[in-house]
Amino acid sequence: MVAVIDYNAGNIRSVLYALERIGVEHELTSDPAKIRAADKVIFPGVGHAASTMKHLNETGLADLIRSLTQPVFGVCVGMQLLCSHSEEGDVECLGIFPERVHQFRPTNGDKVPHMGWNEVKLAPTNDWVSKEVDGDFCYYVHSYYVEPGPDTVATTTYCGREFAAMLRKDNFYAAQFHPEKSAKVGERIIRDFLAV
Amino acid sequence: MLAKRIIPCLDIKDGRTVKGVNFVNLRDAGDPVELGAKYSLAGADELVFLDITATHERRKTLADLARDIARHLNIPFTIGGGIKALEDVHVLLDAGADKVAVNSAAVRRPELIDELAYAFGNQFVVLAVDAKLVDGDWYVHLNGGRIKTEQKLYDWVGEAQERGAGEILFTSMDHDGTKAGFANDALARMSEQLSIPIIASGGAGNKEHFAEVFTKGKADAGLAASIFHFGEVEISDLKDYLAGEGVPVRPISR
Repeated sequence: MVAVIDYNAGNIRSVLYALERIGVEHELTSDPAKIRAADKVIFPGVGHAASTMKHLNETGLADLIRSLTQPVFGVCVGMQLLCSHSEEGDVECLGIFPERVHQFRPTNGDKVPHMGWNEVKLAPTNDWVSKEVDGDFCYYVHSYYVEPGPDTVATTTYCGREFAAMLRKDNFYAAQFHPEKSAKVGERIIRDFLAV
Repeated sequence: MLAKRIIPCLDIKDGRTVKGVNFVNLRDAGDPVELGAKYSLAGADELVFLDITATHERRKTLADLARDIARHLNIPFTIGGGIKALEDVHVLLDAGADKVAVNSAAVRRPELIDELAYAFGNQFVVLAVDAKLVDGDWYVHLNGGRIKTEQKLYDWVGEAQERGAGEILFTSMDHDGTKAGFANDALARMSEQLSIPIIASGGAGNKEHFAEVFTKGKADAGLAASIFHFGEVEISDLKDYLAGEGVPVRPISR
């Protein structure tokens, strides 16, 4: 069973539909017992980092997520919240990954938010994403990015800088783009996570 | 490098896709979900669904359509038509829509943009603008181009960005249905003026028009309907052509 953490984030329906298309049993839940008991956990996210962290701290979900031992997949803002700090509202995040989250500054014609399909390059450190993903394009919508660090397994370039497209540390996995909206390659990545 | 997006637009009436030539004569071009899935497989980067009847007769089935699309498609989509209030958008996002397009209601009550951006985030809010060149100035038009306003295009898109729109979907009523190319001058001017992405709409007739809209028009995405619906331009051919012209495009997913 895959638990998708329900915490009032925007458009998480798409994640559920992606799991439905793949045909894996899943449940949208905020029940700590169910989340702890799940084989895999998906931590989606669309929203403001600071207000979301406040909600996670108040509901106890922050401590719960930190304590999980099964594979956990953070998506988009979910990935940013697993990092150590975000510039969006200057907030301490869950601290699973030491990487920090910064705001894109528009440079010569590059617009913010970074919205659309961009190339994903796998790093030599990658140990969970299928090799054929390298060089393919995934769908992004974000104004904040994670600077590459020791846990970075894939990168993308925008606004004249390379940022972390995917992360992995111990049982925590993450993607900045929306795999649920990234056509076949996105489905491949979700399957890769479900297979770890 | 961020790819330029190719977006088929599906105009919806009574649950079926239609395309109006200059928004008047409507022709039936199929089932929206089936057509959307076909485009997704063919390499479309995104889809836009516009309920063109919604401004006149309020459609409650739009959410059902959004749910159906979200369930079957794995690429992002925008849905619009007759959106007037926060509650309309709540239902659509809950159904799985990635973005909503607002048009006439935002012109009539610009605060709607602020409210939507605050509630759902800028990236959810696409401001659709229909405009016509009148005596040398672009004027915003309402209700599918039927009603001229005194609002000037560049002022309006600037205000919309300030209020929190995340993207502009610009349709030139003068170019729409002509198949003679996009309104590249107006598009380039908006692209320089704004820091949010611009979807160009109206006038696509061939592959060259897309190359022009991305180079001369500086658009972030090109939208078209009938040339895709009737197979006049195949998305795979279009992407091959654009790649050959040095335009960054997403290769069709393996």
